[in-house]
Amino acid sequence: MALLELRDIAKHYVTAGRKNEVLSGVDLSIERGELVALVGYSGAGKSTLVSLIAGLLLPDAGSVTFNGAAVRGPGPDRGVVFQNYSLLPWLSVSDNVALAVDSVFAGESAVARAARVQRYVDMVGLAQASNKKPGELSGGMRQRVALARALAMEPELLLLDEPLSALDALTRANLQRELARICAESGKTILLITNDVDEAILLADRIVPLGAGPAATLGDSIAVNIPRPRERKALNHDPSFKAIRAQVIDYLLSSAQHKQRQRAAAQLAAAGSVPAEVLR
Amino acid sequence: MTEKFLEISAVSKEYPSPRGPQVIVESFDLSLARGEFVSIIGHSGCGKSTVLSMVAGLTESSGGGILLAGREVREPGPDRGVVFQAPNLFPWMTALENVLLGVEQVHREKRSQERREIATHYLKLVGLEDALDKRPSALSAGMRQRVGLARAFALSPRLLLLDEPFGMLDSLTRLELQDVLLELWRKDKLTALMVTHDVDEALFLSDRVVMMTKGPRAHVGEILTVPFARPRERMRVLEEPSYYALRERIIEFLEQQEERPPEPEAQALPSGVTATVQAAP
Repeated sequence: MALLELRDIAKHYVTAGRKNEVLSGVDLSIERGELVALVGYSGAGKSTLVSLIAGLLLPDAGSVTFNGAAVRGPGPDRGVVFQNYSLLPWLSVSDNVALAVDSVFAGESAVARAARVQRYVDMVGLAQASNKKPGELSGGMRQRVALARALAMEPELLLLDEPLSALDALTRANLQRELARICAESGKTILLITNDVDEAILLADRIVPLGAGPAATLGDSIAVNIPRPRERKALNHDPSFKAIRAQVIDYLLSSAQHKQRQRAAAQLAAAGSVPAEVLR
Repeated sequence: MTEKFLEISAVSKEYPSPRGPQVIVESFDLSLARGEFVSIIGHSGCGKSTVLSMVAGLTESSGGGILLAGREVREPGPDRGVVFQAPNLFPWMTALENVLLGVEQVHREKRSQERREIATHYLKLVGLEDALDKRPSALSAGMRQRVGLARAFALSPRLLLLDEPFGMLDSLTRLELQDVLLELWRKDKLTALMVTHDVDEALFLSDRVVMMTKGPRAHVGEILTVPFARPRERMRVLEEPSYYALRERIIEFLEQQEERPPEPEAQALPSGVTATVQAAP
């Protein structure tokens, strides 16, 4: 049985009395221990999908099943790392992580909990900075804290929602390498949401492209059968890297073109309401 | 004949600091032929934007010279259209009004109807025919940058300067705007100089990619000629046999720069004395 199962999900929002379909007919299943990357445009519904899995939103149609049970709300079995780090500024690195550990492992002794904090702070490479406050850390280091905090809760599924998007290109490349190591070390089931095709190929076992919105759907999974560790420069020699990259980019670009054509057709159909200069 | 349309010769830029002048860019040489598209790639903070800013006339150089069509660049002018990372649109104006603002400065002799047609033409080319009357707040980041592109092209500049124009967009929206940019550039036959840190962007758009060394004392490290035929189409470019070899060369250059130890800092000098140190090749 898959750890996470999404069946025929649909979700819309209503803004100013108009219904905006965000997701439609979304099917996805993730096996235990897998690292799946979901690649799509900003605004296509990636974060909506994360919120549905995290239990922060409920779908209009379809079902989200986690560990065999329907998802009805958030829980510590699904840890989320967002693009903005959401750390408490008055707590040190260790204390930010301890906050999560103390709430999830309340039954454990203080010593055992401290050991957990230590272990994950070490894992993300922040042992030297464990007493620093978020304000004293760079963006990349803050994101490491957020990652340590999520990992320390030992969730069965880790949801990474564009964790590196706010960082500059160089820091991002370094952290991608680190993330690959941490993912392998933790052995967790991970769903990575990203708009960066290369990041997906560097990290994932499998890539699922999310087409352009509105009413975005998922494309067919693409397996990433490239041995690890994967190295950015060496990948340029790898024929499967090139093939996967072309396949993902092609899917995403053609889905966007398809949506544009649909929009244009809908406008022509409603010609009466279109200003004359647009049709000229 | 390859005429040198833009000529950047031995340009340097230094800023005063308590420890003597900080040399950001030194002995920067680069020439562009008319109609060429050239990208400068390098790490953040290496000084690539400083070079662009000097060509735009927004920053004064400390040494060397810049010639555009044989005339020295001393100040900003409408012959150079600049597109920045953030389009800096006026929030109270519609997309059309934002583009018109520039057109009115450049085409003073034209009738207002004609100016409107120019602005509308470029907004249509960037795919915003449905959004002429929308204010920036009603547009996505990608759409706002489309307005920025339309505004720059509507000035009919002789040289287009792009400073990480798509750096704030997600990597897929970036691909779409690269297509838009390429199409505009092809139609108007402009000469373009772009600064970027995106390897794929540089390869897809450029005739040549200039790799800049890490600062301080940044200069041209290596120049790569991109042999892909034009007009370029994304999926065909990705299938070019040399694509991934070129990509690897640029990544390798950038990684080497990253590992390179920083060059010794300028020695403290009494104020008023300018240090001239030749950068090692």
